[in-house]
This record gives sequence, C-alpha cells and structure tokens, in this order.
Amino acid sequence: MASSDGALARLHQASKSYGKVRALDGVDLALRGGELLALLGPNGAGKTTAIGLLLGLLRADAGTVELFGRDPQAIQARRHIGVMLQDAHLPATLRVGELIRLASSYYPTPRSVQESADLAGVADLLKRPYGKLSGGQQRRVQFALALCGRPKLLFLDEPTVGMDIEARQKLWAAIRHLVAEGNGVVLTTHYLEEAEALADRVCVMARGRVISEGSVDALRARVAMKRVRCSTQLPIEIIAAWPGVVDIDREGTRLCIATEHAEAVVRRLLALDAELSGLEVRAAGLAEAFTELTRDDAVASLQEAA
Amino acid sequence: MSTLAMPRARVINAYLEEMRSECLRYLRNPGFMLPTMLFPTVFYLMFGVFLARQGGEAARYLLAAYGTFGVMAPGLFGFGVSFSMERENGMLTLKRAQPMPPFAYIAAKMAMAMVVAAGVLTLLVLLAVFVAHVPVTGRQIAALYLANVPGVLPFCALGLLLGTLVKGQGAPALINMIYLPMAFLSGLWFPVTALPRALQQIAPVLPSYHLNALALDAVDIVQVQALPHVAMLAAFTVAMSWLAARRLRKVG
Repeated sequence: MASSDGALARLHQASKSYGKVRALDGVDLALRGGELLALLGPNGAGKTTAIGLLLGLLRADAGTVELFGRDPQAIQARRHIGVMLQDAHLPATLRVGELIRLASSYYPTPRSVQESADLAGVADLLKRPYGKLSGGQQRRVQFALALCGRPKLLFLDEPTVGMDIEARQKLWAAIRHLVAEGNGVVLTTHYLEEAEALADRVCVMARGRVISEGSVDALRARVAMKRVRCSTQLPIEIIAAWPGVVDIDREGTRLCIATEHAEAVVRRLLALDAELSGLEVRAAGLAEAFTELTRDDAVASLQEAA
Repeated sequence: MSTLAMPRARVINAYLEEMRSECLRYLRNPGFMLPTMLFPTVFYLMFGVFLARQGGEAARYLLAAYGTFGVMAPGLFGFGVSFSMERENGMLTLKRAQPMPPFAYIAAKMAMAMVVAAGVLTLLVLLAVFVAHVPVTGRQIAALYLANVPGVLPFCALGLLLGTLVKGQGAPALINMIYLPMAFLSGLWFPVTALPRALQQIAPVLPSYHLNALALDAVDIVQVQALPHVAMLAAFTVAMSWLAARRLRKVG
C-alpha cells in the first residue's frame, strides 16, 4: 500500500549512528513509482546506510522508515521490491537459471525464468554456472534476480560496475523499460553520466545529510558556473582580468573561460573581436555540479570544525 | 495494488526451492563433499575394517560410532563454514533484503545436512555389509538411519553458533578444533570407559555422546532408554540455536 502522496517508500527524519559516527542525520527521502532516483555522494556520505534502512537491513535510531506503508522488515513489504546489492556473492556452483528460479520463488507472481533472463540480457547464460561468468555477466545475473519478482520498486546499488559499454547500454535500456512500466528505481552510482542518462531526480548526500535534491537540470542550474569557449585574437591576460572571470585556460587553439556571468563576458568578447569564432557556452555538467556541491559541503564542514 | 498475499502453496514452494538449491550447490562442491564423505569412510576402512579383529560385536560398534562421527561433519561444516562465509561475502545480506521466507535459509541448510548425512551413512553401511561383512540386520540398519539422520540437527545448531562467532576463513579451523576433540571425548574411536576418569566426566555434556548412545542402541550393542538421550539432544539444539539467534541480533 502506498502512502497518500504516492510514495512507495520513505525515510522521514531518519538517523543512524555507528558508535560516534553519525552515518545518517535526519534524512527525508521519498521514492515514487515511475521515477528513477539517483542517490549520489562521496564514499561515507550515507547512501548505503539509507538503502540499508529502506531494505530493513538496519534499524533507524530515530525517525521513521516506511516501505509500502510498512516496516521494511515485514516480508509483505519486501515482496514488492527487487534488490541488487553492491558486493553480494552468489553460490558459484549454481547455474544462472537455477539462481533465477530460486529468487523467483520468493515472490507471489514472478516473471518466467526466460522473461527475466531476456530482460536482463542473460538468456544465453542460463545453463552456465555462476562462478564461471565474468564480472559484468555476474552483475547482469544479479539484475535478473532483482527484476524477476515484478517488483514495484528496485534498489540498484552500483549496478554497472565491471560492465563494458555495450552491456551498460543494455542495462540502461532495461532500467528505462522498468521505469516506463511505472516502477520506481533507486540507483546509487559512481558514474555521473549514468545518473545523467537515467535519473528523473537526483539526491546528493554528504556526511549523512541530503545536501541537494531535484531534477538533473535543477541540480545543474544550482551551479551558476558556465564555460565559454572560443577562438580569439584577444590576449589571455586581458580577459583574465575582466570582472566575473573566474578562471581561464588555453585548450588547443581555443580559450576556455569559466564565469558566472556568461552573457556579459560574451558581449564583451564579441564587441572587442570581430574575428572571434567557434563560440560555445555550456552550463556545468552533472559532474561539475556534483564536485561543486560536495566541495561546498566540505568547506562548510571545515568552517564548522574551526 | 494492495499488499499481495502470498498463497501458502507458494511459500511452501519457496522453502522447497531453497532446499533444492542448497543441496545442488553443495553436491556440486567437491571442496565440501570430498572431506565430508571421505574422512569417516577412510577412517572406518582403516580402523573398522582392516585393523579391527574379526567379530560381530566390535564391528557393529565401529559402524555405529563412525556413523555418528560421519554425520557430525555435514552439520558442523555445512552449517558453520557456509554460514560464516555467507555472513562475510554478502550473500546473507542479499537474502535478508530479498523476500525470502525467514526460516527458509535455515531449513534449507538443515535439509542439506540431513541429505549429506544420509549419504555418509550409506557409504559406511555399504562398506560394513559388502567389504567388512559385518553381521547387521535390516532392522538394525533402519534404526541406525533413524537415529543418525535427524541426529545431524544438534550439530547444525552448534555449527550455526560457531558460524556467528567467526567470519569467513577462520571457521574451518575453529570447527575442526571442536569436531575432533568432541569425537574423541564421546567415545567414537574407543569406548569412553577407556579414557582417564577425569575426561570421562565430560562425555555426558556432549551431543555426540548422546547421539552415539542412540546409534549403539540401534545396532544392539547396548540397550538404552532413548528418551533421555533424545531430550538431551533436543535441549542442546534449542540452547545452541537460542545463543546463535541472540548473538545474531547483536552483531548482525
């Protein structure tokens, strides 16, 4: 049963400490159907703890944790979810088909083994022992186990680690397919392009707190820095001295100017250099936004400590 | 979309699938099967067949004792080692996150231990009947299975507890340090009465001693009241499981 605002799972003011370390500090998080939420953050930010709470692997010290309106430790709640953890070993001597068959048996109305295998792209591996597969193939098998029970909510922890580009693209397509069917997905990843390609919503965590939440575009927009590139005769030292220019670099024949006031800089460039060519203005990518956000947070923590 | 009720038949199916997987998994694992099957059979072959003097009574004694010795291993190692490994390598975490019925994991390991125990016992009986020509009746063999196959359960519980105490690679060493002395002190290699008096006092607290009493009774070496021994084994199983559960709640 979903709660009134359509959230399939939620953390409300959830906190969790390990000894003196506060792994999670009053976090609010809602997971909805038909939406992919990317959970980003440096190591130790609290992503794994947040997921551990939602899966019922950990107990919150304070706050509430709900999975389909229930305690995540209730098996009825977990029958709606599929899970792919970061480093889970599966029995090496079992065949891929046997592993899918076993995981399917936990759910009330699972997909057929063949359907799960097709979706995850492991149909050609069904007879192979799990231990004989490559790392990327094992990840795909784990993905098949996550989706075999027709879950309404999928937890994917670093799903594409060890995959080659083609396998990664296939997995992305499968994830998009599941989201389009109306299922919710929670994704943690170190690959920002993965979040950029898939996420409807991005939640950046640092030091046990959510420091930013919103769409990929909204997150990018939070970083005002833009990059202006162009080929120009103007001397680099002159441009560097302009107000609003934060940084300037030579990239081959072009200059790359970092500024928060792209319009003013471009106007000035065009006014002074009629010959200017190859002009390009770009907003920060998710990677830059992420670096910026987590750096700000690190600075804030230093100031707090001082 | 309200909460999906899981029909009872599907829950039972989940238990059966878990048992099937666990059995398949270990039957295909020579690293587990070979020592578990070979240790007791080779020991029995050496001490119970080649080195033993001929005579019905001694040969039956050894069959029962090595049977007990043989069924301890799948319980202790099958449970203890695999449990401590799976706690370390993330498999147990995944299972806890998946909607696996809560006792399926334990039930599957118990089923696997009983299947392997029956396998060990069968090898020993075949050696006893066809190689050593031990005079045992069909009734005695049936009674031996009845005692020793469920008799693996207290050792499963002990293995479970040991598996909660150590993680990963440390488990086999710890379990061997308990397995072999326990077999020795319970009179599985020679009668308890042959041990120094002080050591004899230890036997009655060991599950292997009680299981062996039932096994010896099965092949008519001794006549014992089954109930006290069964009760001791059951109590031991409950106590070990309780300690293991308590420890798991603490350490996860």
